[in-house]
Amino acid sequence: MALEIVEACIKCWACVPLCPQKAIYEADPHFLIDAGRCTECLGDYADPQCASICPIEGAIVNELNEPLNPPGSLTGIPPARWTAAQRETPFR
Amino acid sequence: MHVAVAPACNIQCHYCNRKYDCANESRPGVVSELLTPEQAVKKAVVVAAAMPQLAVVGIAGPGDPLANPERTFATFRMLAERVPDLKLCLSTNGLALPHYVDELARLHIDHVTITINCLDADIGAEIYPWIFWKHKRIRGRAAAEILIEQQQKGLEMLIARGILVKVNSVLIPGVNDEHLKTVSACIKEKGALLHNIMPLISAPEHGTYYGVMGQRSPTPEELKALQDACEGNMAMMRHCRQCRADAIGLLGEDRASEFTLDKIETMTITDDFLAAARQRRMAWREKIAAERKATEENDSARRHQQAVITLHRQPRPAFLHAGATELEVSGHAPVNHSPSKSDNVSGRTVLMAVAAKNGLVAEHFGHAREFLVYEVSASGAKLVGHRKTDLYCVGSAACGENEDTLEKTIQALAGCEVVLCAKIGYEPWKRLEAAGILPNGEHPWESVESACMAVWHEMHAAGKLASQVPAQKVA
Ligand code: SF4
Ligand code: SF4
Ligand code: SF4
Repeated sequence: MALEIVEACIKCWACVPLCPQKAIYEADPHFLIDAGRCTECLGDYADPQCASICPIEGAIVNELNEPLNPPGSLTGIPPARWTAAQRETPFR
Repeated sequence: MHVAVAPACNIQCHYCNRKYDCANESRPGVVSELLTPEQAVKKAVVVAAAMPQLAVVGIAGPGDPLANPERTFATFRMLAERVPDLKLCLSTNGLALPHYVDELARLHIDHVTITINCLDADIGAEIYPWIFWKHKRIRGRAAAEILIEQQQKGLEMLIARGILVKVNSVLIPGVNDEHLKTVSACIKEKGALLHNIMPLISAPEHGTYYGVMGQRSPTPEELKALQDACEGNMAMMRHCRQCRADAIGLLGEDRASEFTLDKIETMTITDDFLAAARQRRMAWREKIAAERKATEENDSARRHQQAVITLHRQPRPAFLHAGATELEVSGHAPVNHSPSKSDNVSGRTVLMAVAAKNGLVAEHFGHAREFLVYEVSASGAKLVGHRKTDLYCVGSAACGENEDTLEKTIQALAGCEVVLCAKIGYEPWKRLEAAGILPNGEHPWESVESACMAVWHEMHAAGKLASQVPAQKVA
């Protein structure tokens, strides 16, 4: 039982101090979760803390590789709209 | 100077994209140079030594300093120890503010800027998609309700402890524009020192909710109208630019390269170095105080005493709170409404844009990053706002050829009748004239006020000021 941080992570540090298991560490090119330590916050909090503050959709996934914050869930931008916008004006 | 101590944030604003470096320096984003508190302090110390005019060091965006309390307070503690003569300030979204007010008071924080965009949770729900509160992500109206409550509580607590409070609001057309009048009245009533209304900056390429969803930015006219409506009797820091974490660029243009991390890392900071730097700052402040006193005496000697607005040269940031240490030069540039010798002259008020640098008409039109806007009449020149521009002159080769940006600059100057600059090329001159804005390069290196007055008197003498404002042909 562990969550995983993947490449979408922007290294914003928000999750690090919140982890009750001190499982999250700074790394390149993105932060990482020590799978041996992560408990998905069971017993500490109702929600996994890292995924509850992370501002980036898709940055944290579960063992099935499903994002805890899927596209559109944090920004409120409908995914189709996002894709269209990206096609018109590519971001840096 | 982008010295992010930590970019974490505990809320999400629809105008903020946390993914990218700021495309224009006024949006938050993850910054390239993440500093440890030690590095940030060293950087501040070095900059303060090189620039005796530095008076305030702040921690602002991107992110929220109070979402990173350890790093923020470690930075403040070290600053208080090493550069005790500098004032400390902080910008925050306010969510965690009540929790830290006592700590801020203990650290003698000089002022706190809170970004308050609304008092109404229904409006808040359109601005903030979520907050992180008590170990949970909270969404929608409930989130906005908590945020608003914490902001107001924090504001009241700061004022009760005698800490100065400035409020920033982002004007979002169709969302909080009318409502900001209520916000202004409320925070005024509670004792906030300044209310700075900033325009939303929104474009699809920013990748923000507002950008992608096509929420537009306010026009300069809308911004000014709202600032006018909210002015009341509270001092308004109108020319306040939106948060620029890159404050060194403002302090002394183009000096940021002197203060890169590698350069700073190689420096050794001794007690002598600190003491000498402090001496230079003291000398500078004395000089400024003396100049100001002389100006004031001069002014009071005149019959028509005019209000003197003291402005922060490098105004408070804004909605970018977060780990960046922002260096803010406090206003040693009192803007005098120079009383004119001809108080009996009548003529209408003219809006003039000035490419200013250090209080002088000193910028080339194409190099100006922003224009200060003055209302000029017989009784003086009053700073009423500023307009930002993308530099249209991006180098001698491309100079004057980048039509798009020139067009944008001209649009940014809408409503101004005159633009004063040190120098201007033929092409932009023609285009400005065609848009009904009169370029004027006749007063290079003169003080802004006297140049504005001179132009006003020229216009008056030419009989241009009896009638109404000529219609502008802005595209
Ligand atoms: S789920 Fe909880 S325990 Fe696991 S990394 Fe995230 S915060 Fe730590
Ligand atoms: S909160 Fe998300 S984006 Fe920020 S460091 Fe943690 S995983 Fe990365
Ligand atoms: S509070 Fe600042 S950093 Fe946080 S989302 Fe809003 S603008 Fe971005």
